Amino acid sequence: MDFSHILNYKNFRLTTLLAVFLFFSSINSFAETPLTVPPHSETAAHNEATPAAEEKFDPTVTILEHISDTHSWHLFGHTAIALPVILFTPNGLDVFLSSKLVNEHHEAVAYNSGKNTYLNEEEHIKILAADGEIDEAASAHVYDFSITKNVAAMFIAVIVILLVFTKVASAYKTRAGKAPKGLQSFAEPFIIFVRDDIARPNIGYKYEKFMPLLLTIFFFIWFNNLLGLIPIFPGGANVTGNIAFTLVLSAIVLVVVNLNGNKYYWSHIFKPDVPFWLLPIMWVVEIIGIFSKPFALMIRLFANITAGHIIILSLVSLIFIFKSLAIAPVSVAFVLFMSVLELLVAFLQAFIFTMLTALFIGTAVEEHHH
Amino acid sequence: MDLVTPSIGLVFWTLISFLILLVLLKKLAWKPVLTAIHDRELSIEDALNKAEIAREEIATLTNQNESLLKQARAERDEILKQAKTLKDQIVAEAKASAQAEGNKMIEKAKTEINNQKMAALSEVKNQVATLSLEIAEKVLRNQFADKQAQEGLVTQLLNDVKLN
Repeated sequence: MDFSHILNYKNFRLTTLLAVFLFFSSINSFAETPLTVPPHSETAAHNEATPAAEEKFDPTVTILEHISDTHSWHLFGHTAIALPVILFTPNGLDVFLSSKLVNEHHEAVAYNSGKNTYLNEEEHIKILAADGEIDEAASAHVYDFSITKNVAAMFIAVIVILLVFTKVASAYKTRAGKAPKGLQSFAEPFIIFVRDDIARPNIGYKYEKFMPLLLTIFFFIWFNNLLGLIPIFPGGANVTGNIAFTLVLSAIVLVVVNLNGNKYYWSHIFKPDVPFWLLPIMWVVEIIGIFSKPFALMIRLFANITAGHIIILSLVSLIFIFKSLAIAPVSVAFVLFMSVLELLVAFLQAFIFTMLTALFIGTAVEEHHH
Repeated sequence: MDLVTPSIGLVFWTLISFLILLVLLKKLAWKPVLTAIHDRELSIEDALNKAEIAREEIATLTNQNESLLKQARAERDEILKQAKTLKDQIVAEAKASAQAEGNKMIEKAKTEINNQKMAALSEVKNQVATLSLEIAEKVLRNQFADKQAQEGLVTQLLNDVKLN
């Protein structure tokens, strides 16, 4: 069927453009509202006005709280694991537990370490001046290297991965030449999958050099994704849905790809087959291309995992929005469905990230074919 | 926009964790695992190739066996055939020789019988002659004793003979 006459209809085209524009602008405003309004101060104000009244449930605050990084690991109720706060301040290094920054009611309180007075404002540690006000100038020079919830969860994932794969490796030693068994037979198909379906077809015969990197990226992302899906303690952190995490991984990909780029790769960027007067434009385009590829990796993983967490949390939030237990079965059913889907996404995103990494490496080490 | 602002702490710790994980896994896991998988694949391929070769060998052996068997069968048939002809020949020969021998013996016997018969006959002839002579002598003696009769006879005989 030919729809071109619809698109050629001038009036309709204008309307469509307007509709699309309005659609995006409305999404923007929807997305910005919860971010621009400081939720903490709102609830604080609300509490001051009617201290006895029940706290009003705001799903946006709850969801953003759950998917963002925190300085303490909330377990249940008023129980949280205190994590170390490590700060480089103008007055020197400061290390203390995050429990110092909250009182018994889990509210942020000021803490004087001897070097500075700190306050945890929206998970940003700020320095308080002598008058009790936030010293923005000093706070700008606070470099926060705390072991946050995400860092701790990532460490747990690292330990799990190390335990699993050292055990797998030892199984290969004790059962040399034999068929895989147990944990080994679980890991082997994935290792072979990364080798035969990701590395070999995309990189070619030089694949062996990049296997450790690809395998590490694959399992690091996958295990972190899976741990993020577990709602209770060892999991629950949105590690792979944090932009810092994906930024580091894609930066590593960027470095590896460009360090391994051969002369064909660089000549394709700096001496493409175009008329000479196009060269400056091509340089710009190609150099943007170098960075846009890992950038897409970063955004893809971050957006996919964060979106999954947001959907699941939104479905759970329905129960509290409607303040009715009747909605719970519906929520639980949808959450179950989404969780299963997220299990797939967890694998898929690890796969896609590794796959594209292999593809980018492949273009960098590819021999000339023209 | 907290959500899309990477925090320096997490960037730092992710980088450290990833690099440590990469180095440790490369040493402890990926190298031995990939080598083991590679070695196993090689050994499996090797074993498969060997099996293929063995299968071919068996096939050639079977072929050889079959041809040997065929040959042996042919040889057996040949031997049997030869034996049969030999037997027939021997039997025929035996028969012939037996026949000849028999004939010879029969001939011999016949000659012997003839000889014996001849001997016996000559004996009998001799005896008969002797006896005849004796009888004749006796008869003659008896006859000649009666002179009258003799003369009468001679006269009669002379009468019978008609001189023509």
